[in-house]
Amino acid sequence: MQQQLLSAIHRREGPRILAGLVRRFRDLEAAEDALQEAYARALNTWPRDGTPQSPAAWLTTVASRILLDRLRLAGRELVIDPADLASLAEGGGLQQRMDEAQSAEGFGDDLLCLIFMCCHPSLAPSAQMALSLRCLCRLSTQEIARAFIETEATSAQKLVRARRKIREAHIPFGMPEGPELPERISTVLGVIYLLFNEGFSATSHTRLGRPDLVHEALHLARTLRELLPGEPEVLGLHALLLLHAARLPAREDAEGGLIPLAEQDRTLWLKANIREGKAVLSKAMESRRAGPYQIQAAIAALHAEAPTADATDWAQILALYGALLRHVDTPVIRLNRAIARCMAGDLEGAHREVEGLAATGMLEHYQPLAAARADLAQRRGESSLAASHYRRAIELAGNDGERRFLQRRLKELTRN
Amino acid sequence: MQYMLLIYGDEKDWFNLPKEELGKGYQAYMDYTKELEASGCLRGGSELSPVTSATTVRVRNGKPLLTDGPFAETKEQLGGYYIIDVPDLDQAMAWAAKCPGAWHGSIEVRPIVENPGA
Repeated sequence: MQQQLLSAIHRREGPRILAGLVRRFRDLEAAEDALQEAYARALNTWPRDGTPQSPAAWLTTVASRILLDRLRLAGRELVIDPADLASLAEGGGLQQRMDEAQSAEGFGDDLLCLIFMCCHPSLAPSAQMALSLRCLCRLSTQEIARAFIETEATSAQKLVRARRKIREAHIPFGMPEGPELPERISTVLGVIYLLFNEGFSATSHTRLGRPDLVHEALHLARTLRELLPGEPEVLGLHALLLLHAARLPAREDAEGGLIPLAEQDRTLWLKANIREGKAVLSKAMESRRAGPYQIQAAIAALHAEAPTADATDWAQILALYGALLRHVDTPVIRLNRAIARCMAGDLEGAHREVEGLAATGMLEHYQPLAAARADLAQRRGESSLAASHYRRAIELAGNDGERRFLQRRLKELTRN
Repeated sequence: MQYMLLIYGDEKDWFNLPKEELGKGYQAYMDYTKELEASGCLRGGSELSPVTSATTVRVRNGKPLLTDGPFAETKEQLGGYYIIDVPDLDQAMAWAAKCPGAWHGSIEVRPIVENPGA
C-alpha cells in the first residue's frame, strides 16, 4: 500500500519536489540522489509511523536535510537562506516557506525552471529528452533505455554526461530573461515534440513493453500549458499532440501494419481528444500570434473534423501548409504541401513539386518521399515507375508497420 | 564563473579579405572588446598569430617531437580567445553570440576549472 502511494506521489509531485530542491540547493545530481534516499526512508518509516499528512512536504524536508548534510560534508559553499536552516533545525518543514518564498519573490514556477534546465539549448537533443523523461516524467534509467531501444548503460551514460555538463558549465536554474524566453520555449516544445514522435511512430508491436512516450509527451505538453497558459505556441503544441494522439486507436491493422490517414476508421478516433484539441487551439488563436505548432494543429483539426477522408478540406489544408512554410521552410513540410496539393486536385503541380524535391537529393533516405513519388506515379498511370518507387520506399521503411503498409500497396499495384 | 571563448574560423577566409573588409572586421572586434570591458566581465583575451607560426611540442619517452604547425590540420583554426567572468552559461553564450567570430566561424564556450585538482 505504501509502495503504491509512494509511486503515485513520485509521479505526480516528484518533479515539483525536485524542482524546489534544485532551486534551494543548486545541484541537480545531489537533489536527485537526496530525493531518492528520502523515498527509501519513507518506505521504511511510513508503515511504522503512518503516512504523513502532507507526504510531499515530508519528502521535501527529509531530502533537504540529506542535502544539507551532504553538501556540508563535501565542504561546498551553501547557497541557502539562514532562516530555512533554522526552520529545518527546529524540525519544521520547508514546504510552506518554499511556497511562500516563491509567490512572494515572484521567482516563476520552480517546475517551469526545471523544465527549462532539462531542455537547455546547450544540451544535445538526446540528452534533453533523457533528462526530461527522468526529471519531469520520473522514468527510471531502465524505462528510459527501453523507451529509446538502447542499452541501460547507454541511457545511464547520457544522464551522467548531461548532469555533468549542467554542473561543470554552470547551466543556470531560473526563468530565461525576456528576449530569450520565446527561443527557450521553442526549444522545450521541440523536445516534447521529439518525444511524442518517438512514441507515435512506433507501432504497438514495437511499443509493447516500452514506456508510453506518447502518454509522457502529452503529460509534459499539458504541464507546460498549465504553467504557460498565455503562450499560444505552447497551447498549439498541446492541441497538436492531442489531435495526433486521437488517431492512435485507428492506426494499425490486425497484423500491426500502418493504416494511412485516408483509410482509417474514423469512428475509432478519440472524440474527447479531438474536442479538447480543438478547444485548446481556439484558445491559442485568440492571441492572434500565429506559429508553426498552431498551424500544424489547425491542419490536424481539419483532418479530425472531416467525417470521411473524401470530405477533407484539402484546399484549406494546402493554404495552411503555405502559411506553415512562411514560419518553417523544410523539405519535409514542402513534401507534405505537395501531397496536399495533389489531394486538392492539382496532380501535375504536385508531381512537379515532388520531383523537384527529389532532384535536390535532400530527402534521398526519406521513406515518405519515395512513397509519395510512388503514389503520384500511380495516379498518373505510370505503374512500373510507381512499383520501383514503392520498392525504394520499402527499403527505406523504418519499422514493420510502415513496411507492411508499403508492401500491401505494391501488391495492389502489381495485381491491377 | 570563468569561461574561455575560443574563436575558431577559417584563416584563409579572414586573411584573404580585401583591405577595407579586413579593417571593418578588426573594428568589429575592437567594438566587441570595448563592450566586454565596459561590462566588467573581461578577464583577458587576444588574437593569435596564424597557425603557420605555430609549433607543436610533444614529449614521448623523454624525447621531444616537434611539428611545424598546429596540433592538427583542421578546417577552422583557433584564431583568438577571450576570458570572461559571468554568473552562468546563459550569459557566456550570450557574449559568445555577440562575438564577431561567431558570425562566420565558431565560438567554443569552455568553462574554466575553478578548483584544479579538486
